[in-house]
Amino acid sequence: MSDSPIAVEHGPELRHHFASVEQQRDAASLGMWLFLATEIMFFGGMFCAYLIYRMWYFNEFAAGSRSLNLKWGTINTIVLICSSLTVALGVRAAQMGKRKLLVILLILTIVFGLAFLGIKGIEWHEKYEHHHIPGASFDATALEKPPYSNGGIDPSHEQIYFSLYFAMTGLHALHMIIGVGIFAFLLFHAWKGRYTPQYNTPIEIGGLYWHFVDIVWIYLFPLLYLIDRKPLG
Amino acid sequence: MVAQDAHAHAAPQGFIRKYIFSLDHKVIGIQYILLALTAVFVGMFLSLLMRIHMIWPTAVLPLVGEIKPETYLSLLTMHGTIMVFFVLTTAPQGGFGNYFLPIQIGAPDMAFPVLNMLSFWTTFVAFVVMLAAFFVTGGAPLHGWTGYAPLSALQSAGPGEQLGADLWITSIAIFCIASLMGALNFITTTLDLRAKGMTMMRMPLTVWAWFITAILGLLAFGVLLSAGILLLLDRNLGTSFYVPLVVVNGQVMGHKGGSPLLWQHLFWFFGHPEVYIAILPGMGVASQLLSTFARKPIFGYKAMVYAIMAIGILGFVVWGHHMFMSGMSPYSAFAFSIMTMAIGVPSAIKTFNWLGTIYKSRVRFHTPMLYAIGFVSLFVSGGLSGPFLAQPVLDIPLHDTAFVVAHFHLIMGVAAIFGMFAATYYWFPKMFGRMMNERWGRIHFVLTLIGTYSIFMPMHYLGMAAQPRRYSQFTEVAYLSNLMPLNRFITYAAFITIGAQFIFVINLFWSMFKGPKASDNPWEATTLEWTTATPPPHDNFGGHTPVVYHGPYEYGVPGAPKDYVMQTDPAGVAAH
Repeated sequence: MSDSPIAVEHGPELRHHFASVEQQRDAASLGMWLFLATEIMFFGGMFCAYLIYRMWYFNEFAAGSRSLNLKWGTINTIVLICSSLTVALGVRAAQMGKRKLLVILLILTIVFGLAFLGIKGIEWHEKYEHHHIPGASFDATALEKPPYSNGGIDPSHEQIYFSLYFAMTGLHALHMIIGVGIFAFLLFHAWKGRYTPQYNTPIEIGGLYWHFVDIVWIYLFPLLYLIDRKPLG
Repeated sequence: MVAQDAHAHAAPQGFIRKYIFSLDHKVIGIQYILLALTAVFVGMFLSLLMRIHMIWPTAVLPLVGEIKPETYLSLLTMHGTIMVFFVLTTAPQGGFGNYFLPIQIGAPDMAFPVLNMLSFWTTFVAFVVMLAAFFVTGGAPLHGWTGYAPLSALQSAGPGEQLGADLWITSIAIFCIASLMGALNFITTTLDLRAKGMTMMRMPLTVWAWFITAILGLLAFGVLLSAGILLLLDRNLGTSFYVPLVVVNGQVMGHKGGSPLLWQHLFWFFGHPEVYIAILPGMGVASQLLSTFARKPIFGYKAMVYAIMAIGILGFVVWGHHMFMSGMSPYSAFAFSIMTMAIGVPSAIKTFNWLGTIYKSRVRFHTPMLYAIGFVSLFVSGGLSGPFLAQPVLDIPLHDTAFVVAHFHLIMGVAAIFGMFAATYYWFPKMFGRMMNERWGRIHFVLTLIGTYSIFMPMHYLGMAAQPRRYSQFTEVAYLSNLMPLNRFITYAAFITIGAQFIFVINLFWSMFKGPKASDNPWEATTLEWTTATPPPHDNFGGHTPVVYHGPYEYGVPGAPKDYVMQTDPAGVAAH
């Protein structure tokens, strides 16, 4: 016999082209890791732009960074780290088959995600009021200049800092919105009791995505908010 | 043989589920091929218009009318973009890879069938958006397939740089997303869905090529996507990532402080791997076919695998050689130059092994084999000018001339297309159950080979005689008008070559319905696609997964009953 049968007993979650549940889980998990690799390259393009312009226009970047709201940025970082904790606990709850706990943790994650987006909105609004949005109404005159920038700062270079700030936090926020959507989907199915100790791959790979979006923020926060944040003297 | 449980692999019913929004990787593969076939004719038509304009600059042409300098640039941009993205990236990987990768590793489908369908239809949307650029105010963009800023970043930079350029960038961004979905699917399928016994080192070289190509796509397209989004922001939301202080028609533009070099770096970080995305599948097909039709094992299978990997890795560290002209630290140029020439080593290993495979063999000269040999020939001819262009000191005088046009058309364009022709003639019997016409296949081969060499070989001389690229008219310049006879020759050759392609299309569609019936294994090849029915059933192997006992190229095995051993043949295992 050169052929082996693939018809085996399986539950409804096994797609037909997979030989076993393990193979399906491996494939789904690998697929998510590969997707995250593409995401790293995607954000990598922007980090590359950031790197070059920060080297060139350091004074302007320092001045722009100081104008960001450190309080809200820090709170948002804490919010996101908490959401990652609830995701990690959620994966564990799914593996243990604790449906109620899973539902609570997923709701918490979504709440943290929405809180992050809300705070981000407050920050953006602040920037809008201070005319820090790139474009015709951009105005950098009120920015506090770093003490060592003896010639002042160039508004067009300052604008590049804010362009990067809005592009990077904007695309990060878009990823957060998608993440909240994914978790709403997971919540619906967790509510229905679809996830069991045998089958919880969606929770796992959804969690991978959430952690990734978190990690992007962990890089964005120091790169955008903490450039030269020595106490002003 | 075990009876199959009825629910497991029932093929979908109904025309739309079966042929339009199909989840079957074979149908999706054919959809990709048909998309590429449409695109290649559009691209070819554009190139013909350019060639006609070069030798008859005042001619009024059908559909486009009189060709103004900016019309010529639009033609050039759209020709390059359509050919690179929607032909060279789409057909070899999305088309043939989609159809044959799962079958060759013994899988019933791709790992993520829904994603597979989405990636095709996303590519389709990208193509429609791209074509729409022809029909908007101002027409198609002028910035070339490389989209260099600031030309591409300013709405006021030219007639095609209004809505046309936005559509162009949007189309590229959509295409990136489609390619990322495809690449992810290919890699997961190769790693997780191989049949029992199909170890990595038993995979056919076609699978290796598609696999490495997918890794390149996975890492490259994300960068282009982010570069494209930044470009859209520059164009529409007043940022200036790529725009330095620019004066257009005496008017200072609102942007400044950015750098066009950033675009070039991000673009070519994608752009150079893209070259290998186009050519690697062709290399895989050539390896497969040379071994099959020479009836000999591929010479140095492991060396071939490592050479593909080396090309893939080196392909990511040489993007700077596209930018020697842009001004670059001599130390960076030196590093990029060394790395570029290093690609010559794995490329030479592959060529040596191809020649070693057919050396002293009794070659069966069927049409697919002719194209495989043609691929090797074009790969060498196009590749040999590579080391010249890898030298910054030679690249600077040659880069903006027809020499570079000749180089990349031979190696990336025509060689890759020969790989596709080889694949078409080779796999057509498996895909449609009928043979293609041999005689017309050979005529098509001879005309195409001589035709493409006649088009692109003389361009090297034009380039050395300093005929610039991207210029629409040569008649007004004294030293260039002396080159007109050669330009005329190229245009005539282009007419004949393009005419010959209609032979191929007629042969393709005629054979689909009228060709002689094909057996399950007409070429006496060993890989898994030849073990199943023709055309393969919905789940590829009719309810069974094959078990693999052999490497992919066991031809001329001493002591075997036939001159080849199928990969699934359990007999003769002890001998190895």
